[in-house]
Amino acid sequence: MVKNYDVIIIGAGGAGLRAAVEIPKEYSCAVLSKVFPPRSHTGTAQGGVCAALGNMEDDNWENHAFDTVKGSDYLGDQDAIETMCKDAIRAVIELEHMGLPFSRNEDGKIAQRKFGGHTKPADPNDPYGKRIPVMRACYSADRTGHVMLQTLYENCIKNKVDFYSEFFVTDLIVEDNVCKGVAAFDIATGEVTVFHAKAVMLATGGYGRVFRITSNAHVGTGDGTALVYRNGLPLEDMEFFQFHPTGLWRLGILVSEAARGEGGILKNKDGERFMQRYAPTVMDLAPRDMVSRAIISEIREGRGIKGSDGTDYVLLDVSHLGKKVIDEKLPEITGFARTYLGVEPTKEPIPIQPTAHYAMGGIPANVNCEVLADEKGNTVKGLYAAGECACVSVHGGNRLGTNSLLDIVVFGRRGGKAIGEFLKTAEHAEIKSKPEEKTKEKIKSVLNNTGTEKVYKLRTELQEWMMEKCGIFRNETDLKAMVDKLGELKERYKSISIEDKGTVFNTDLMEALELENLLANAEATVYGALNRKESRGAHTREDFPKRDDDNGMKHSFIFENGGSPEIKLKPVTITKYKPMERKY
Amino acid sequence: MDITVRILRYNPEKDDKPYFREYGLKDVSPDWRLLDVLHEIKWKQDGTLTFRRSCAHGICGSDGMKVNGKNRLACSVLLKDLNLKKPVVIEPLPAMPIIKDLVVDMSGFFSKYEVIKPYLITKTPPPPNSERLQSNEDAEKLFESAKCILCGCCTTSCPSTWSNENYIGPAAFLKAYRFAFDTRDEAGDERLDIIDNPDGVWRCHTIFNCIETCPKEINITWHISQLKKRISSREM
Ligand SMILES: Cc1cc2nc3c(=O)[nH]c(=O)nc-3n(C[C@H](O)[C@H](O)[C@H](O)COP(=O)(O)OP(=O)(O)OC[C@H]3O[C@@H](n4cnc5c(N)ncnc54)[C@H](O)[C@@H]3O)c2cc1C
Ligand code: FES
Repeated sequence: MVKNYDVIIIGAGGAGLRAAVEIPKEYSCAVLSKVFPPRSHTGTAQGGVCAALGNMEDDNWENHAFDTVKGSDYLGDQDAIETMCKDAIRAVIELEHMGLPFSRNEDGKIAQRKFGGHTKPADPNDPYGKRIPVMRACYSADRTGHVMLQTLYENCIKNKVDFYSEFFVTDLIVEDNVCKGVAAFDIATGEVTVFHAKAVMLATGGYGRVFRITSNAHVGTGDGTALVYRNGLPLEDMEFFQFHPTGLWRLGILVSEAARGEGGILKNKDGERFMQRYAPTVMDLAPRDMVSRAIISEIREGRGIKGSDGTDYVLLDVSHLGKKVIDEKLPEITGFARTYLGVEPTKEPIPIQPTAHYAMGGIPANVNCEVLADEKGNTVKGLYAAGECACVSVHGGNRLGTNSLLDIVVFGRRGGKAIGEFLKTAEHAEIKSKPEEKTKEKIKSVLNNTGTEKVYKLRTELQEWMMEKCGIFRNETDLKAMVDKLGELKERYKSISIEDKGTVFNTDLMEALELENLLANAEATVYGALNRKESRGAHTREDFPKRDDDNGMKHSFIFENGGSPEIKLKPVTITKYKPMERKY
Repeated sequence: MDITVRILRYNPEKDDKPYFREYGLKDVSPDWRLLDVLHEIKWKQDGTLTFRRSCAHGICGSDGMKVNGKNRLACSVLLKDLNLKKPVVIEPLPAMPIIKDLVVDMSGFFSKYEVIKPYLITKTPPPPNSERLQSNEDAEKLFESAKCILCGCCTTSCPSTWSNENYIGPAAFLKAYRFAFDTRDEAGDERLDIIDNPDGVWRCHTIFNCIETCPKEINITWHISQLKKRISSREM
């Protein structure tokens, strides 16, 4: 079956929904999502969305931009960062106007709190002097992402957006550098449809599920990034994957940085507030890459606590904040600790360990969300990307907390606007290949495969190996071992067999297709990590412990290149922020 | 620890009607989520077992199902909180057509949610460059209702839903509250009219099943009573 639309948006998280709201009414637009829109991963976000509103204290967007550049370890493109931070104030106010129920301050304005890496100069007359934490994260208790997703979904209903929920996208149709649509199957019936479109936006989210311990939902399998990669198009800076310092021990479920923003502190086995030694000025509110490394260092030096599963953890203490603050501002995350670990956070500290959290890398796109075909800046006609699956790059080597919910609404909107402009002259380009047959073949080959390999087994091995060999600390030996392992896993993937051979709601099939996507994401991540011989942001090489500004101020563009990945480099865009040592 | 689970299975491509199938699991930990059990079965015993899930920590609303007679989220139930001396009985959410195994067709549920105009309706334009003001107290009055994750546990636990398929249901009412009691909303009668009818709030007989079952522990009946009060007061 073929359906025609002016624009197809893949993904109904914050980025996809914000884009959908922006598409002018005169164009036909459909949003495809493998889960019901309000089930998308954006809904799990807790802590906040940042903008220098200055509702609690003086602040301005330049402070925000400075922090984002520094937080990115100078890998973020500074023009893009300026675009985002300048637009943040409008974007957050717009969310309020759309109906998002924010927590409020005493004046009835949007309430704000502290978050890691968000600072301002201690002395306003000395902009490059000592910096102190600033209240910049706008929030709704600790359910900011949940209410953001709901608000955007509600606005889509109001605007009568066309949804194809529980449609799984299997293929991106790009011919002669022109994107012409996608192929997908209806999960409930198995029926394959080609969505023939003038423009396609990818807003498919992250790929945290390549790691064993992750805060990401089961559906976070990097499908969009894999589709692009397999089409011969590049992915950017995939070696930068953020580990959030505070995941619930054993489970990886996130305990938002808001817990530390409200005054929570990290302690080692001796009860010591160890962040004092790693980041004397901002301590527990240092950026995530630094706190995660600090935790692993504490554990390696014997100051962690051994858990019953054999892994080590440290403690996050919020008990001194009092029941009122905990119940009003951190109800959800303290509830997780109670439910899943049986810990009462008002009385005792929460066992935590770093958890794989956020992909800084992704599909290279410019500030108008046009997807780049190469490191020179050429674009793919009609293809757009926004949100966590994209790399603009505003997060560089390390994302600051609350900057992703911001990214998805700022760039979701910009992408929507750019598509609106493009559609004024765009036409449906004829599809020359046979995408419907291709997807049917692909499904058939999984269903009919009689090999002996099991999807869950390959996936578990991948996740365990990635955690071990390509996690917070990396080195050449481990990465090379991971390359070999990936080769083996890809080979074994060819002989997977699944038990469910049906067409109706075949989740067995979906897991197999998702595993293929995870393997593609892992490959790009590992090759990127091996190639980057320095330590920057979330990418830490034990064998190259220093940042190397002479060679490292470049984005990596990785191409699949028929199975032997190739990396090309693109210089970072610098406006006015000169790289300096990153100390907090 | 060893456990047994009985799961209602149904594959429309093969089965005339749903049937129970039992699975035994060895060496499970009491700290496991029920979702972990379902995964264990799917990944190691029976790949055809079908259910929805995503976040695995009670925030996306995907895995509502009936566990030992009560609607719950599989990811929010720990084994130690269940009676494991008997088999754990798992069925799909009631009052919705089964697509396959534990997956139900929620399109009716979502269309009722859409009926109540689940979005802020305003007539006065907002200030151009700043937020509308609202006291934190007023904002917090919305938070409990805004917690709803649209899992469907409440609506499908309600006898009024079982007896009348047109009943709008508690989840949609909760959403109606979320907007009707937002100081910024100006829908007035437009939204209240939709729920002020025989299939609307008046069919809620305060049976409290919804509160009993809500995985987010929302006091849904209280919210519905506030809507009833608001409707009554406008009629006076
Ligand atoms: C636990 C947690 C807490 C967080 N807290 C914060 C926070 O406080 N502040 C902050 O700024 N950021 C936070 N983040 C990060 C932020 O939430 C995410 O980066 C962001 O929400 C991603 O949004 P998105 O729209 O790009 O993608 P998502 O919300 O992940 O949506 C992806 C969409 O793509 C669809 N999709 C994917 N693959 C396919 C396919 N093959 N076919 C069809 N559809 C497909 C999915 O169905 C889904 O609708 C948090 C992240 C996590 C995990
Ligand atoms: S899987 Fe998200 S609520 Fe259970």
